[in-house]
Amino acid sequence: MAAIAETASKPASRFQFILDRRDVLGAIFVSPAILYVLLLVGVPFLMAVYYSLSAYTIYDPSWDFVGLDNFADILQDPTFQQTLYNTFIFTFGSQILGLILGKFGALVLLRPFPGRKLVRALVILPWAVPVALATVAWQWMFDSLYSVINWTLIALGFITREQAPNWLGTEHLAMLSVIIVNAWRFFPFAIVIFLAGITAVPQDVLDAATVDGAGFWRRNYQIIVPMILPIVAIGLIFGIVFTFTDLSVVFLMTMGGPVGATSVLGFAGFQTGITSGDVSHGAAISLFMLPVLLVVVVFMLRFIRRREI
Amino acid sequence: MPRMTLGKAVQETSFYGAVAFFFILAAFPFYWMVITSFKTNGDLYNVSNIPFWFNDAPTLEHFRYLFEKTLFVTWLLNSLIIGLCVTAITLVTALPAAYSLARMTGRRGEALGIGIFLTYLVPPTLLFLPLSRVISALGLQNSMWSLVVIYPTFTIPFCTWLLMGFFKSMPREIEEAAIVDGCSLLGAFIKMALPLSVPGILTAVIFTFTLTLQEFVYALTFISSSAHKPVTLGVATDLIRGDVFYWGEIMAGALIASIPVAIAYNLFLDRFIAGITGGAVK
Repeated sequence: MAAIAETASKPASRFQFILDRRDVLGAIFVSPAILYVLLLVGVPFLMAVYYSLSAYTIYDPSWDFVGLDNFADILQDPTFQQTLYNTFIFTFGSQILGLILGKFGALVLLRPFPGRKLVRALVILPWAVPVALATVAWQWMFDSLYSVINWTLIALGFITREQAPNWLGTEHLAMLSVIIVNAWRFFPFAIVIFLAGITAVPQDVLDAATVDGAGFWRRNYQIIVPMILPIVAIGLIFGIVFTFTDLSVVFLMTMGGPVGATSVLGFAGFQTGITSGDVSHGAAISLFMLPVLLVVVVFMLRFIRRREI
Repeated sequence: MPRMTLGKAVQETSFYGAVAFFFILAAFPFYWMVITSFKTNGDLYNVSNIPFWFNDAPTLEHFRYLFEKTLFVTWLLNSLIIGLCVTAITLVTALPAAYSLARMTGRRGEALGIGIFLTYLVPPTLLFLPLSRVISALGLQNSMWSLVVIYPTFTIPFCTWLLMGFFKSMPREIEEAAIVDGCSLLGAFIKMALPLSVPGILTAVIFTFTLTLQEFVYALTFISSSAHKPVTLGVATDLIRGDVFYWGEIMAGALIASIPVAIAYNLFLDRFIAGITGGAVK
């Protein structure tokens, strides 16, 4: 009787023994997540790199290695040069505008006033609502004929109906429009980041500075800004990465138009690689995002390391 | 003394002016969604009408059209199914990974965690070309199941990072006490760590769900048949016939799909910020 019980419990306890080793269980716990990410992010990334060096299109899946020819092709293409330039304008324009709005919005929301909770809840919306849905609302507000913005400008007497701008159909206005929409999407995030940073500045530090004679601006720029820099930098990194690689705003509002005036890297990669089926050139266009992403990642790692010291 | 009060009045006025500016900036597009979705077409497409309120009586015709004549309900269901499946996959993989990384000794856990999180920053626009080939190799092209496979590539890194911070803030002694009392390591995780981290798990669930709702690029790339579209893609691309935009229906659909996400974000905002900044502020 005792012997039977012993043999029955033995395999179970050996299994238990392995699961009770910290390193083994730890590895078992981590591996599914790492495998998923390796298989569906790591491997595709290497595939994208190989695509960009091959002659692969959906009509000719031959995988011939062509070296840097694709990159040479697109670099000579004036449309691509325009796209690259647009991407930087789009990214920095909307980030700067978003940061300014975010900083002032945070200053406004710091002060208690009746209805602050409601205003704060509403201010989060542009960032929370799915990008495609918010973008179509803006597209409707910029409509060539029924634009509410134009209607207001006309009603206020700034312009006549004949002068009403076609926001999404004019070169510079179209770029301005997509920048506005993207800054509008980003500024609530900037507000939240600034608020999180500012409220984490210890009050006694500020009090000490006030006692020492530092005024509002001095406290603001010599104490608060340097102290919240790490968290703002992380927010900015997110903003830059997601704007620089964005496709949805441009795709829904302007389709890169008029005549490529708002075409950005993500959009051009999509048009070439998916719509036209020229996968290798599309991959090469997308890979132009990589240097910027790498710079951003290096910055991020430096900030995380500084935080730990 | 009157000068002081004048100065104060100017200050107050400009402060409330700034409040009003941010209020309008944030809320107007949504007000515009609401008013467009309840207006009659005659009212909507008449430039001599004042656009800010109803010139004709409000109508439900756009909502009726949306629910009866379009695939809107299917899109909502698709989004729900995608969200639930992705959340399940994410929890099963990210929970143990986050726990293990948080409890790993030395810097290895931290380094691995940062490595996983960095993949969250690899953009869809860099991966959609190879992934569309992976999808067709799996035979999932034009099906919403492709999104169930692909969305965990960004929800797993995000939630692992979020939950890692959560497990780190949980004292190790609780599990150690359980182990001393005869619990196995696995048992300590299941019986002690998991029940205590329910708030963290709930946050992860909410954000996984909203991230899947917000995604647009992969859905646009992989899915072209209307019946398989998630709600954001369907509303943004499927309510256009030729050159005619069904603005009333588009705005009604956008409104309905936005509401749950807006509520979720407002409820869980602080945790989200703590999650992505990884405790950069102490």
